[in-house]
Amino acid sequence: MLELKGLSATIEDKEILHDINLTIGQGETHVLFGPNGSGKTTLLMAIMGFPRYQITRGSIIFKGKDITSTPLDERARLGIGMSFQRPPVVRGVKTQDMVSASLGDRGDEATITTLAERANMTDLLDRDINYGFSGGEIKRSELMQLQAQRPELTLLDEPESGVDLVNIALIGELINELLEKGCHIRERRCMGLIITHTGHILNYVNARTGYVMVNGRISCGGDPHEILATIKEKGYEECVRCILRGVEWLR
Amino acid sequence: MYFKGCGMAEIKSSKSYRDKARAASAKPATFGEDIDLDTYLSSAEEQPYQADPSQLPARAKKQMLETGVILDDTNQRSGTFIQVDNAPVHFSSQQEGIEVMAMSHALDKYDWLSDYWWQAVAVDSDKYTAHVELNQNNGYFIRALPGSKTIYPVQACLYLAKAQLAQNVHNIIIAEENSELHIITGCTTASREEPGLHLGVSEFYIKKGARVTFTMIHNWNPEIAVRPRTGVIIEEDGLLLNNYVIMKPVHSLQTNPLARCIGENATARFNSILVATPGSMIDVGSTVFLDNKGAKTEIISRAITSGGDIISRGYIEGNAPEVKGHLECRGLILQGEGMIHAIPELKGNLADIDLSHEAAVGKIAEEEVEYLMARGLTRAEATATIVRGFLRVDIEGLPPMLSAELQRAIEASEEDLM
Repeated sequence: MLELKGLSATIEDKEILHDINLTIGQGETHVLFGPNGSGKTTLLMAIMGFPRYQITRGSIIFKGKDITSTPLDERARLGIGMSFQRPPVVRGVKTQDMVSASLGDRGDEATITTLAERANMTDLLDRDINYGFSGGEIKRSELMQLQAQRPELTLLDEPESGVDLVNIALIGELINELLEKGCHIRERRCMGLIITHTGHILNYVNARTGYVMVNGRISCGGDPHEILATIKEKGYEECVRCILRGVEWLR
Repeated sequence: MYFKGCGMAEIKSSKSYRDKARAASAKPATFGEDIDLDTYLSSAEEQPYQADPSQLPARAKKQMLETGVILDDTNQRSGTFIQVDNAPVHFSSQQEGIEVMAMSHALDKYDWLSDYWWQAVAVDSDKYTAHVELNQNNGYFIRALPGSKTIYPVQACLYLAKAQLAQNVHNIIIAEENSELHIITGCTTASREEPGLHLGVSEFYIKKGARVTFTMIHNWNPEIAVRPRTGVIIEEDGLLLNNYVIMKPVHSLQTNPLARCIGENATARFNSILVATPGSMIDVGSTVFLDNKGAKTEIISRAITSGGDIISRGYIEGNAPEVKGHLECRGLILQGEGMIHAIPELKGNLADIDLSHEAAVGKIAEEEVEYLMARGLTRAEATATIVRGFLRVDIEGLPPMLSAELQRAIEASEEDLM
């Protein structure tokens, strides 16, 4: 289980996230909608433990352990993994090296080959990681690395952005495998938190809980498909108005 | 059999070269700290010749092995040359069509060899070339006969055993028409702390259609000064692939090989991997003149400092139509104290040429380290992975066996670096 309790976070002393409360139970997949710049990526980066994202209040509990101060790499080893929207190019470090690093002690050539074939990444294993990759290749590479890492909590930052129609179905399949969607929810070990601007990924990955984030605050918890339908009909502007009305009402 | 440690009366150099050398004996080099040659010894003890190189002292063999020179089992070598201080202690060829011998022997054997003497490097380039001419201490002669191709690489080692010695060697490499020659050279020193000076002149003659790969690994100590002087002449359709690696401490190293692509479609490629530890001053460049139609070059360097200083130079001059050259210099500063100065230069003398360069110097990007940490690597593991990747140069045309040996040498030194 992942629990965020009253979480606030800053980047370079500017508070971006305000009093976030969120609970993801074992086997559950949650979806976070929000307009650009609303703080969605910041939330994922803060959960993952990137040092630039400073937690100023609240706590992160993962599998019953308070990891609020746990370093990034330890969180990864505890079972948190992330698919980046725009991962960096690392010249000289091959895609194969990244898969091998993600596999840790389980790394062998046969496993790497199988994972690459599954993600249609065989031809890119010998390329510098993310160097000259298309949008779809970046996403497939990220998911291949996560499949090697096998995290219990997968954080997915805009998994459909920059992906063409040919690739999106494969991306969906890889995510479903990662989140053990083939198993009954009671038997699933893995949790997922997907952030999406367009919601397009919901056509391929099933999720039962959704939220909207606006200006670093979470609101509107509910069925993600219903939330998406509202967003499509009225736009994020309505979410902003709704939140402002709520704030006014509280006053 | 013994070889004289000094003198070299047997080397037949003409009076005109000696006169030019005398005139240049105080001429400072264009680049690099000026070295006082008088502080070094010019003679060393005689060394016994070893018909079986595996009989050389175990410590020396181990040090040579670190530079890729294998003496216990030479089955995977087409030839071997070993010089200790001023004396060749072993030379042999294991393949027909490939000649490996001491320079003194080669000059005795071939009268025509004097025609190549100081043709690719000017004897009066600076005080160091002059010193080599005036104090010849042998060196190697490696030649592939027309059409001959090395199955395994030829290996050569110049080993500095005596403290405070100036080792002056003059090497000539000839790849005759349509031949193929792969050479590994390792230069190293017995002592890890005594001072010494290595002056090595190397002249390459790559004939029509010939291919030479030359992989040099230097492994000195913090008190050694090194001034190699290299010249290469490449004829039509000839190829030089030069790989240079220095990852261990050195006091002062300055070299700037010059390749002239004089034949149509001649190609010169230089790859350098330079690591400067605290106290090391490394000034390495590559200069290529593209003098005939369709000539090509690529100069790639990777420089890392963990506290020392590196000047990484590159110069390409296009003097003929349809020539193409690219220069790439990347530098990584691991700690605050080190310095990397990249100096890429291009000169075009006519319109129909294509020359380009890129250079980047900086520290390891934190974003890259954190990306790897997000996959579960510790900060140290992530940094080591990025450094290893930075040093990995995919060398086009290098045979897989040589590529693997080069990678092994780099990986062996990475541990010290990290």
